[in-house]
Amino acid sequence: MPSSQRFRASWVIKYLLLFVTALLFLFPIVALLLSTFKTGRDLMRYGITFTSLWPKSFDFKNWGYLITGKDGIYINWYQNSLILVFFQTGLSLFFSSAVGYGLGVYRFFGRNFIFVLVLFVMLVPLQILILPLYQMLIVVGGADTYWGTLLPFLVSPFAIFFFRQYAVGIPKDYLDAGRIDGLNEYKIFWRITGPLMAPAYGAMAILLAQQSWNNFLWPLIVMHSTKMLTLPIGLNTLLTPYGNNYDMLISGAAMASLPIILVFFFFQKYFLSGLTTGGIKG
Amino acid sequence: MRPRRLLNREGSAPYVFVAPFIVAFLVFYLYPIVTTVIMSFQNVVPGQTTFVGLKNYGNIISGDFWDALRVGLLYTVLTIAVLVPLPIIFAVLLNSGARRLNAVHRALFFLPSLVSVVVAGTIFRLMFSSTEKSVVNAVLKLIGISPVDWLMGGGFQAMFLMVMLATWRWLGVNLIYFLSGLQAIPEELYEAAQMDGANIFQRFWRITIPLLKPTILFVSTISIFGGFAMFEESYIFWQGNSPNNVGLTMVGLLYKRGFAQGDFGMASTYGLVLMVIVFALSMIQLKLFGFFRKESRNA
Repeated sequence: MPSSQRFRASWVIKYLLLFVTALLFLFPIVALLLSTFKTGRDLMRYGITFTSLWPKSFDFKNWGYLITGKDGIYINWYQNSLILVFFQTGLSLFFSSAVGYGLGVYRFFGRNFIFVLVLFVMLVPLQILILPLYQMLIVVGGADTYWGTLLPFLVSPFAIFFFRQYAVGIPKDYLDAGRIDGLNEYKIFWRITGPLMAPAYGAMAILLAQQSWNNFLWPLIVMHSTKMLTLPIGLNTLLTPYGNNYDMLISGAAMASLPIILVFFFFQKYFLSGLTTGGIKG
Repeated sequence: MRPRRLLNREGSAPYVFVAPFIVAFLVFYLYPIVTTVIMSFQNVVPGQTTFVGLKNYGNIISGDFWDALRVGLLYTVLTIAVLVPLPIIFAVLLNSGARRLNAVHRALFFLPSLVSVVVAGTIFRLMFSSTEKSVVNAVLKLIGISPVDWLMGGGFQAMFLMVMLATWRWLGVNLIYFLSGLQAIPEELYEAAQMDGANIFQRFWRITIPLLKPTILFVSTISIFGGFAMFEESYIFWQGNSPNNVGLTMVGLLYKRGFAQGDFGMASTYGLVLMVIVFALSMIQLKLFGFFRKESRNA
């Protein structure tokens, strides 16, 4: 039948187009992984090329550099990033979910005003406020510290918005049931309604962790001493014009990206729902 | 005992819940915004701060400012021109057909958004290396174009590099937005249109695009925001010093003036101008798409 043949042809063309484009998108990541087996000098001189894309030998010397190179500074950076991701994500989840929950569940004087403020703040790029924020940080002694690096991110406007959209849908019966059992409002949140928002926590945990792991401008300003740098800032210091640090840069970049890619493949659902749920209201 | 009882009163609980935001708003937004406004009228030198009136505003028009504005505007326009239509097309393709295959492709498109700008920038620097053997220049050679110096070659090359990086990183994210927009369109509409004899392109223009309007609005609004506030991509490529300002952005200018040259007053003025631009464009955008009209009708 001609029509089904035409259908099959369009099916093939469609997936061919998708497949080729997807390969194109995957290429830089594969190229990065393959480049970890090449010398930094060659990379600096020729860049990433087709002719020498496949490494001559799989020599893990560059990966070893991550532990031994520059007195093991890379391990320091990795630790710093892990510590910051842990505390920034945990604290921000706690505060943002409480605010979003409060806005979504209760009717109280000033609620709409506060919600408008949340939306307003979402439209203010934090980059613009780095000067006064930095001045404040100096005054309170937060320069070059972990807490100074995560301070402005303790309450995420976007996460508030997300949790609020989620909390609006929680049936009031749960709160009433808790009150009858003699729980106060905070225990209701802690024991009953909070756990109901588990999917929202999952989605926001992923999003906030990713933001923290890849955060650039603020840590660039706050962290000064080499030992205190986070991964992106540390890697950035290796991007010297002469390319003498490329051995460490490439394997370091790969090592910084692998965990997040692995987490993505295991928790894909949460990555994607974090982007879409409640995000778009026409 | 009394403060504790006050906290536990049902009427005060909501305020306790939203308290973290109130504090964060005052400390991390309101105070810095007010300080920025004040500093924009000052000459801020460590140790001595003098009020200079509108002098900073008068000095705004400089070569650097125009360069940053041009780069920001062009980058924003180009990223929207690429990162709205392309993801729509791929979203439509991925919205029907083999589920498994679609999921795999969706994941591959999304992958680049996971890596940090530093990592992405590093790979792009190497792929767009100025040598004739580098991946990009080798492809260009096939169609007879001689090797291009992408980083240092000029404004066009620099912009191309930045837009390519943005496309690589954000196509998958916008794709997800459009996919969820598509899934909200009732299947019956397409069936009805098909029965009325509408072909695939008519269905796309008459049903898909109009019903995706809220998503298009959302994506272009965050693109304006991200486009004008862009800094990191350019910083990775040029470390804050691009030849002839080909990679200078508004935030880059703020960073350069504020942190590299220590001129907090002038930097604050730039910051405010950027904030006004982003706000005005977002509002115009929302207005053009009839966002407020719809909102008030619903209310």
